[in-house]
Amino acid sequence: MANTRIGGWGRQFVEGEELQPETLDGAPPVLFRGLGRSYGDSSLPAASSPVVVNTTRANRIIHFDAATGVLRAEAGLSLVDMNRTFLPRGWFTPVSPGTSFVTLGGMVAADVHGKNHHVDGCFGSHVTRLKMRVADGRVLECGPDLERELFLATVAGMGLTGQILEVEFGLRRIPTPWLIQESERVADIDEYIACLKQSAKDWPMTVGWIDCLARGKSLGRGFLMKGRWAQAHEAPARFPKELPNIRMPFTAPEFLLSRPTVQAFNFALYNSHWQKKKVGRVDPFRFFYPLDFVQDWNRGYGKRGLTQYQCVLPDSAGSEAARRFLEILSARGGASFLCVIKDCGPESPAYLSFPKPGISIALDIAVRDDTQALIDALNEHVLREGGRIYLAKDQFTRPEHFKAMETRLPAFQEVRAKWDPEKRFKSAQSVRLFGD
Amino acid sequence: MRRVAILGGTRGMGRALARRFVERGDWVALLGRDADELARSKADLEARGTPGVRVAVGLCDLEDTNSFRPALEGVEQALEGLDTVVVTAAVFATQEKLEQDPVLAHKMLTVDFANTIVFCEEARKKLLLRGSGTLCVFSSVAGDRARKPVVLYGAAKAGLSAYLEGLDHRYRSQGLTTVCVKPGFVKTAMTAGLPIPPFAGDPDEVAQTVIEAIDAGTPVVYAPAIWRAVMTAIKAMPRFVMRRAKF
Repeated sequence: MANTRIGGWGRQFVEGEELQPETLDGAPPVLFRGLGRSYGDSSLPAASSPVVVNTTRANRIIHFDAATGVLRAEAGLSLVDMNRTFLPRGWFTPVSPGTSFVTLGGMVAADVHGKNHHVDGCFGSHVTRLKMRVADGRVLECGPDLERELFLATVAGMGLTGQILEVEFGLRRIPTPWLIQESERVADIDEYIACLKQSAKDWPMTVGWIDCLARGKSLGRGFLMKGRWAQAHEAPARFPKELPNIRMPFTAPEFLLSRPTVQAFNFALYNSHWQKKKVGRVDPFRFFYPLDFVQDWNRGYGKRGLTQYQCVLPDSAGSEAARRFLEILSARGGASFLCVIKDCGPESPAYLSFPKPGISIALDIAVRDDTQALIDALNEHVLREGGRIYLAKDQFTRPEHFKAMETRLPAFQEVRAKWDPEKRFKSAQSVRLFGD
Repeated sequence: MRRVAILGGTRGMGRALARRFVERGDWVALLGRDADELARSKADLEARGTPGVRVAVGLCDLEDTNSFRPALEGVEQALEGLDTVVVTAAVFATQEKLEQDPVLAHKMLTVDFANTIVFCEEARKKLLLRGSGTLCVFSSVAGDRARKPVVLYGAAKAGLSAYLEGLDHRYRSQGLTTVCVKPGFVKTAMTAGLPIPPFAGDPDEVAQTVIEAIDAGTPVVYAPAIWRAVMTAIKAMPRFVMRRAKF
């Protein structure tokens, strides 16, 4: 098969070959990837090993226990497919990222988190078994109580410990397929963080949005959204309609995301929420996956693509840490227009799991000439605050920065070397950041 | 509620179609040659199907005509009847490969033409015996017009399409509904590695079109639908154009 361009969600491409078999049985011993929603180079092949296996056709359910909700499926099963099957029956994933276009294997490999991290942790903490093929060709099972070391390195291990063939985890009963959402307008970053921490006590799901272009007194103005599943008496009996699906038809010209257009957009958005508080019922598709209805929305960022910067600033850095972060961003002027801030609960025992107690900040950045310098500056700040970045989003972090942030990396590399001494499983990202 | 047997239902378009059937409550029997794959797909359909849906499997190999009758009889028993038979299985190879390898060419021609028709004959008899039924077979747009990249494959599919049209003419009045599906380029493992042309479809979209055609009894259905227009244009092209065209 001819080489093709393979890219992550940020549309930074490498040359390589992508196999897409219907069964993972005979797959070659190379990196697996799912739906390619990681922004950077996590799912891209390393130059020295240019083949990847796309798992999305291996999407069969192995078993579902309707009494307990335990689901076992092939790694390529997507969340959108799972939701179509199980939401109408009253079951939902215990942890959902912000898009449903992810595979189970990808959810494990990135140890994704959702709006409920402060209560429920990452996806990996709900996984009971993984079926894997490791570098020497053996197929084995691992879990929290079986081959624990391999399991903890595979969860959040970005596919580097072996191939995830099947995933078993518990779906959760939901009272109705609807949610109650309360959104609150906040005037600046200090109020935002205070509200975020306060609502975490009462609401199982929280997330918020901040206008990154606002400065001075309104630095960090935005909304905070809080949600919970609606009870039967609060929701209609009908099943919510899926959002219509439209496709971003072309790669947008760069001026579309220039400072004035974005400023106008943010101004309109902020002022559309003129009430201090809004409460309402919302369907799960709008609530969890507001961007999923525009297919290929990443093309809106133009030919050079985008990257997402996501870091966690620990509670120990104090509530001022977020303000300092935004000030650095603001001083560099309009690199990003929206940022999503949410709070994180306890750290997972998985070696490279991203969240730790604190707040997570995520921003989409259109790739420009100064992107590397911006990421370097943000990383230096995060390093000073004792935070770290999320591998599933990263494309530009320098290895020395990552190694300084990620104190658990040597322990992870040790486990990885034990299971894959020849480093058959590597990605463009692992070569860039870990050296192999 | 339908009771459907699908030959080739563990993969590609057959897999997508089988899921649509069980999701709306139809009973499905999968026919194929790999017992492990059949068992895996059976479990998948049972988990996805509406409560009470029945899923059966049977070994059947398009290369072995002796396997056809016992396979159909077995799943007919398992589903307590059979009113719909679907064939999605086929052999595919590029023109270059088929030209280089006469053994492969012979196998493709035998499986996609002769053996598929022999299987359909078994299914036809079974369905006519019970008074009515639907036979839905995946042919290809490759059978509509001879083209450079599909000389051999297209020849087999042209023959298959002609057979299915004949069945429709001869037996529709007796209760047999024939649905000839002509998929255009669909992104499945079968077409992996080929350059993706415009209007390429995906299996789920094709499955939806096909299930609607089965319910409506449409004799010929293109999937994705745009391929009807594409093939009309290609069929209208004169020979001197086709000799120069690359497609």
